[in-house]
Formats: sequence, C-alpha cells, structure tokens
Amino acid sequence: MSNLFNSMIAWIDKRFPLTSNWKAHLSEYYAPKNFNFWYFFGSLALLVLVNQLLTGIFLTMNYKPDASQAFASVEYIMRDVDYGWLIRYMHSTGASMFFVVVYLHMFRGMMYGSYRKPRELLWLIGMVIFFVLMSLAFTGYILPWGQMSYWGAQVIVSMFGAIPSIGEILQQWLLGDFTLSDAALNRFFAYHVVTLPLVLLVLVFVHILALHETGSNNPDGIEIKENKNPATGIPVDGIPFHPYYTVKDIVGVVVFLIVFCGIIFFAPEMGGYFLEYNNFIPANTLQTPDHIAPVWYFTPYYSMLRAVTVNFLGVDAKLWGVILMAGSVVIFCFLPWLDRSPVKSIRYKGPYFKVALALFVVSFFVLGWLGTKSPTPLYTLLAQIFTVIYFAFFILMPWYSKIDKTKPEPKRLKE
Amino acid sequence: MKKITIALLILCLTPFGVSAGESGMPLDRAPVDITDNASLKRGAESFVNYCLTCHGASYMRYNRHRDIGFTNEEILNKLVFTGQKVGDLMQSAMRKKEGEEWFGVVPPDLSVIARARGADWLYTYLRAFYRDDATHTGWNNLVFDRVAMPHVLYQLQGEQKLIVKVSDKGEQKGLAIAKPGQLSAAEYDKFVGDLVNYLVYLGEPHANARKELGIEVMIFLLGMLVLSYALKKEYWKDIH
Repeated sequence: MSNLFNSMIAWIDKRFPLTSNWKAHLSEYYAPKNFNFWYFFGSLALLVLVNQLLTGIFLTMNYKPDASQAFASVEYIMRDVDYGWLIRYMHSTGASMFFVVVYLHMFRGMMYGSYRKPRELLWLIGMVIFFVLMSLAFTGYILPWGQMSYWGAQVIVSMFGAIPSIGEILQQWLLGDFTLSDAALNRFFAYHVVTLPLVLLVLVFVHILALHETGSNNPDGIEIKENKNPATGIPVDGIPFHPYYTVKDIVGVVVFLIVFCGIIFFAPEMGGYFLEYNNFIPANTLQTPDHIAPVWYFTPYYSMLRAVTVNFLGVDAKLWGVILMAGSVVIFCFLPWLDRSPVKSIRYKGPYFKVALALFVVSFFVLGWLGTKSPTPLYTLLAQIFTVIYFAFFILMPWYSKIDKTKPEPKRLKE
Repeated sequence: MKKITIALLILCLTPFGVSAGESGMPLDRAPVDITDNASLKRGAESFVNYCLTCHGASYMRYNRHRDIGFTNEEILNKLVFTGQKVGDLMQSAMRKKEGEEWFGVVPPDLSVIARARGADWLYTYLRAFYRDDATHTGWNNLVFDRVAMPHVLYQLQGEQKLIVKVSDKGEQKGLAIAKPGQLSAAEYDKFVGDLVNYLVYLGEPHANARKELGIEVMIFLLGMLVLSYALKKEYWKDIH
C-alpha cells in the first residue's frame, strides 16, 4: 500500500512540484516556536475566506440581482431554500467575522512590529487585501436591497461625488445611472461575486508567498533566521509549520467555530450589529431613514467622515471628510516607514509606544461607537477629538518611536 | 502584555452598547415565546383576519404553518380566505394602488416587520392607538405619530383617549379607555401578545429549528475541542 502511494507521489513529482512545495510551505517551513494567541488570526482569516466563497456560491444560485426581486429572493433563501437560512447566516456572520479576525490580525502586526523590515511588502500586500475586503463588504451589503443597503450605498457613492470636477462623472460611471438603481445593483453584484473575490484570492496567495519568503515574525520581534544551526541550516528557534502549527491552528479553528456558530445559531443579528434592523425594510428610494449607520466594521471611518463640519483651507467640509476617511485607512500603509524604533515588538518598546497604541485602540473603539449614533454636538466634538488622536498615532510615530526608552532585544526567543 | 490582551478581549466581547428606544415612549415588553404553538396558532388566525386584508406577508407560504401545528386542511379552512392554494404565498387581498389611494401609502409587507421594528415596539404600538380628530383617519398613535393606519382593532380594544400630564419633569403622555370594546384590557393585551408572537415567528419561521440545530453543533464542537486540544498537546510535548 505504502509502496503504491510512494510510487504515485514519485509519478506526480516528476510532473508537478508536489513534495518540494509541501516541504517548502508546510513540513519544512520553519516558524518561530513562540507564537501566541494573536497568531491564530491569519489562518482564521483564510478559514473565513473559504466560508465566504462556499456559502456565497450557494447564495448566488438563488439570489436575484434585480432591484424589484432582490429583497424577496433573500427572504426566499431564508424560508424556502433547504437550509438557506443557515447558508445565509453563515455568509452574513462570516462578513462581520472576517473583519473581526482581520482587525485582530492587523493589530497583532502593529503590536509586534510585523510590518518592519524585511516585511514591508508583506504588510502592503495585506493592506491591499484590506481595501479589497472593504470593497467586498460594501458591494455585498448592497445586495439584499434593504433600506440600509440602499442608503448606506447612497452615502458611500456620494463620497465620490464630493471629489472636485470629476466627482459627478465618476459617480455616474460607477452607478451606470444618474441615481442608485437597478443598474448599480447589477454591477455591484458582478463585482461582489466575480471581480473582487478573484482579486482577493490572488492577493491572499501572494500574501502567503511573501510571508514564506521572509518567514514569520513573532511576539519577540527578532529574526529566527539570524540564528541557524550550522550543521542543518535550520533556525534553532524554528519548528516545522506542519505538524506543530497545523495541529495548534486546529484548536484555534475549533474555538473560533464555537464563537462563530454561537452567533449563527443563537444571535445571527448580533443585536443589530451584524444584520441591521432597518435592513429588514425593503429599499425605498423616496424615504430616507432618520438615521443611516453603516455596519459596525465601517463605523470608525464613518465617524471620521462626519467629523469635519467646517470648510477650511478653501476645501469643502464634505471633501475634508472624504479625505480624512480615505486617509485613515491608507495611512496604515506608511507604518513600516513611520516606525523608527530600534526594536520591533511591543515587549521591548518603551512607554511612549505603549501609551500611543492604547490611545489608538481606544480612539478606534470610540469612533466606532460614535459611528453607530446620530450626530449631536457632543458626539461630533468627541469624534473630532478622537479623529485627531487616531491620526496623531501615525503622524507623531517617527518622533515618539525614536525617543522612546526601549529595552534590549534578546538574542534568542524567550520560552 | 497579558493585561493588554485581556483588556482587548473584554472589549471585543462586550456587546457594542445598549440600544435605546427611538421614540421617547418607553416600550412595553412583548410576551414572546415562539415555541408556544397554541399562542402562535391564535396569532396566525388573528393575523389573517385582521391584518392580511391590507398587509401582505408575501414571503411566507401558507403551508409553512404546518410547523406550528396546523394540518393542510386546517390551513385551508382557517387561514386561506382568498381561494389560494396551500402552497401559495400570503398575498394581501388589497391592490397596492388601492392602498395608496386609501391610506396615502402602500401598507407595508409584514413578513419581516418584527425583525425591522422589534417585538416590543409592535406590542406597544398595537396597544397605543387613540382618538385624534386632527388626523386624516381620526386615529393617532403614541409610538408612531400620525400613522397612516387607522385602529383596525378598535372593536376589540375600544377607544382610547390621550391624557397629557404636565409636571415639572415636562409633558407626560398617557392613554385611558374612553369607550370600552369587546375585550377587557387584559384580554386585549393577550390578543395582541399572541399576534406579536406570531409576527416574530413570521419574521423567521426557522428560528426554532435554528436553535435546536445550534445545540447539536455546539455539542459536536465541544467534543472536537477536547480532541483537538489533546492532539495539540501530544504533538507539542517535544517542543516544551
């Protein structure tokens, strides 16, 4: 039996680099042995991606991208398709959980300096993945054609209209119409099920290739490749990804699935945060809801969009909002060059960085919370203050990371 | 470091704030129990008698009601009045254009209204109509000001009138029965309770099946957790 298996593998290996790839990316890919809790989220993001692709295929079989039928077809899936409710909740919960794991994945990178040399490109590819993910979430959220789908999209599309001179034409080009209508629904459906998933898959593949070129960072932020066993050439603090991290990730997957299935089966609306209540009202182009709020994962940026209330430097307040909102996401791309600290990991960084990161996290949460609320003068003021803190984290980083009191990095990983 | 991790975990797990009622009026708690088939059946019959004339529930099929204990025959006798078949969707008897002419708006489809409005809102709303000569229909509502719908259930509840108390805390609005109806206050509350319970069921007919399957999935995953953790321990013995 094993002889047959071996000869089969040999047959394949002559025609396809199976064993060499298995070794390069799994059984002889050496990862630092001190991965902690925060290192589950990369593989979990991959799991959610697969979940979205598979459930998405089944949803596509019954969904109708037609402004007059979309809402009803979603309810048809929920009621008349066998286990349609399960597939739909897996997809809607998966969308939110995608952002949960990706935010935690990014935060891990920020804590342990995973964006620093030599992983700048890895970080940038990740950022492009994040942009694509946001586009996927946006185009997907339109599809049920509920009130929030429609008016949320209206807000986002009008942002393009705020761009001077080309704005209006750009907006019409995006929508394929003068207003948000069936034409837009059709093209957003095409982006959501074909274009963006394809781009995302390629980018994820490239992200993993880049990771396996540099090797993984770790909670100590030191390079295990700098300390190799001279006889074998294997990093002394590295362990093969397979079987060690595959079996460890399975535990992470099961814990994640317990949370994930807990939401799907017992709280699929998640208190109106994963499925907004207003989105159970079919889109009505004549009736603007009193209160438009995006899904939770976009609320921090939405707060920043609304934070600017006055025109200054000759630029319109709305355009400033759009600039800030775009800037708040794009600014992550500059992290590798903003961080001037001699050490990578928060474990050896000084108090300035720790305080700055804590303030950043607080501002992200406060902005997120504010984004779910109707603006009041107090809320707008809070949004303005925390927007400043959010940006200060990045803009002041070259300064505070340089003068910070760091601890010396160890030569080897701590046990 | 540990502290940051724990603090963040707590932040992630906290429900993102508590939602407040949108109108100033505090909402009464609806007695919802979608496992109570007797209540759902009463609610279903009230729904087809009082609501379905103007409102559709057009994502729901009549024969889905077998899930709450009706037989096909009972469904045809008790729920279907418009000559439809048992597998048909619960369409409204009224045409959209008529609705718009009579009420100014097309009465909304009620299939998922409980998911949009919430059970407590519906429960309070259906009990908060009062006489108001200033409106088009002669009715107004405490939780939905100048609502287009007249008080369809007034024969059951009777007519309420608005009572405004002015104190140093500001205006407080309340309702009192001016003309009693066929039902007592407690009976009417129960009637509306059943109806709202049915609307919650109508919003997600698979909710019970979902929770039942969820328990099985959770038991399976907990078993998987034990096994996968044991597997991890076994492999990692030689690392630590």
